[in-house]
Amino acid sequence: MTVNLPRFARPLGIGAVALIVEYLLLGTQQFANALTLGAIYALIALGYTMVYGIVELINFAHGDVFMVGSFLAMWIMTTIFGLTGPVTNLVNLVGLLAIVMLATMVGMGLIGAFIERVAYRPLRHAPRLAPLITAIGVSFILQNIIATAFGPSPVNFPQIVPADKFALMGARIAYLNLFIVIMAVVLMIALQVFIGRTRLGRAMRSTAQDREAAELMGVDINQTIAITFFIAAALAGAGGMVQGLYAGSIKFDLGFFVGLKAFTAAVLGGIGNTTGAAIGGFVIAFVEVYATVIGYTQWSEVAVFTVLILVLVFRPSGLLGQQLGERA
Amino acid sequence: MTAVSKPQAQSPSPWARLRSSARNHRSITILAGWLIIAVGLPLIVLIPPLSTFQPQSLWIDGFSNAGVFILLAMGLNVVVGLAGLLDLGYAAFFAIGSYVYAFGASPFTATQIPFWPMLLVGALIAATLGLLLGAPTLRLRGDYLAIVTLGFGEIVPAVFLNASSFTKGTNGIGGIYKPTLFGFNFTLENPVPYYITMVAILAVTMVLLYRLQGSRLGRAWMAIREDELAAASSGINTITTKLLAFALGASTAGLAGVFATSKLTFVGPGQFGFQVSFTVLAMVVLGGMGNIWGVATGAFVIYTIQAVLLKELNQFFQAIHAPILQNIDFVQYQYLLYGIALVAMMLLRPEGLFPSSRRREELHVDSEDISDIPPPTEALGQ
Repeated sequence: MTVNLPRFARPLGIGAVALIVEYLLLGTQQFANALTLGAIYALIALGYTMVYGIVELINFAHGDVFMVGSFLAMWIMTTIFGLTGPVTNLVNLVGLLAIVMLATMVGMGLIGAFIERVAYRPLRHAPRLAPLITAIGVSFILQNIIATAFGPSPVNFPQIVPADKFALMGARIAYLNLFIVIMAVVLMIALQVFIGRTRLGRAMRSTAQDREAAELMGVDINQTIAITFFIAAALAGAGGMVQGLYAGSIKFDLGFFVGLKAFTAAVLGGIGNTTGAAIGGFVIAFVEVYATVIGYTQWSEVAVFTVLILVLVFRPSGLLGQQLGERA
Repeated sequence: MTAVSKPQAQSPSPWARLRSSARNHRSITILAGWLIIAVGLPLIVLIPPLSTFQPQSLWIDGFSNAGVFILLAMGLNVVVGLAGLLDLGYAAFFAIGSYVYAFGASPFTATQIPFWPMLLVGALIAATLGLLLGAPTLRLRGDYLAIVTLGFGEIVPAVFLNASSFTKGTNGIGGIYKPTLFGFNFTLENPVPYYITMVAILAVTMVLLYRLQGSRLGRAWMAIREDELAAASSGINTITTKLLAFALGASTAGLAGVFATSKLTFVGPGQFGFQVSFTVLAMVVLGGMGNIWGVATGAFVIYTIQAVLLKELNQFFQAIHAPILQNIDFVQYQYLLYGIALVAMMLLRPEGLFPSSRRREELHVDSEDISDIPPPTEALGQ
């Protein structure tokens, strides 16, 4: 006998508990930082989890797609709009942010779908090792293209959002943090609606569940997988843009560690589960910020990695996932 | 006696007899092959145009460094090529071997353990850490191993970097003692002793690996690589078998680390970045996963290209004032080239340049998209 809770009760409960614990441990100021960082990780983790859910591939190049996204956004801002400093007019600012974000997302989506077409689709029936190796290859290709085009040293990202802050419960929080969190939440809700309510979303879910059966039911598998890669890369592109705004400078190898953390977030949340990926992102960001708060900044990556190992040992299905055994 | 041997003595040529005896005595053949290589390589580089690139002593020194990568590639080949596990943090074990030797034989720790036992110690400690890392993760799907090793490969140098009271952090540990053998001291001026040591290590390792590949354990690795479920149903303990592959690969990297550090006499966390793991993986994939000689050749070719030929290519194009090519710095593009090579190899020739016959059959899927999905009636079973 189990109590029948609504479908969303468990993720909501876990998310709420995680947020309250975070808040109590960090205080308002650092909590805002963790929330912002978590929003970025969550956007990337969604891409890992969606791709894994549908083709069972760890897309090693996803962190680098995120990195390319931040460079694309930087290029659009500086070269097309000629932006260098803050934009003070609120209407202009919102309009510019929306246009740059849309362009980055579409651009990255196309790049993601292209990568899938060239590097992964031909290997869909090859042994598992083959697409993993091409994914590593794609990751290096992306890094080196960007390193060649923009140079190997960090590149300044135009800070178009003014550095103004507002007071909240004894802390001073930048409007940028607010923007990032709101944007991430909006994108995540839009994704949930897309997956849950639309025809294409249903095609994605059925392909993830049983590709052959979905195909027999008339789902266009190639198109569905291409769309999954498009959305994953578009979300990573949005993440890349806000990462640039948040950090101030970007570098060609930025995607490596952020990608690793986002993957940890996806595993922590239960890989294949989009809500789990979002919660995982916030938890990982919390671990990282907490390590900084207690004075162990340089160990934060080690801490995140330890979390990954611990989750894999004790709860490989993640917080919200189903059991995932080794399939032959 | 004559009646039996006569028809055999007539038909096979001396060449064919050599080949059949090579098949029957594989270990001796490998040792003989390495002897020929060891003598031949220093002579080949005396021939132009190779002799114009750099003097013979630099070539020999370079061959010892190439040997480190051949050793790494042969070790990773056990993990990726034979057992089919993707290890993306292989440099971590290389780092562990290196630091073990640095701790065992440097003024920094004020200890001086001889080089030769340290080879074994380095290999053993690397293998132990391989077991510790593999034990929790090898129970899961192969993809998790890839990401965990990727993280491990980044964390190990990070630990060596941050634990600066034990490792001198970024500065690294210098002045590490060089090997001695019966009173003979290895020096940086004379590359030949290192070269001979490296060839000896490679020859012995290769004999062991070939023996292992044909053994019950080696066949179990290949069975797991090709179908884990079927292998498990046939009574193979998949976790132990995979762990052994992982530990053996790690120990080879540890060995390579000890040798490399004794030669460089310095170790720092910057030497073990992801680029090292990636380069070794590219060597294994290009050489031909599963084929020990192929992987060794792949490692040698890639190392020589990146260490010598790319520079020469730049100078060559600048000397002849080739239009666009003279402005391209090929050394800068080596990782881009590796990346393209990895993708292209997987798409076009997944078995590598020098494939093993078994691996080729496994990797060649001749189906386009859905043709290998069984028709519904078949899938439902009878």
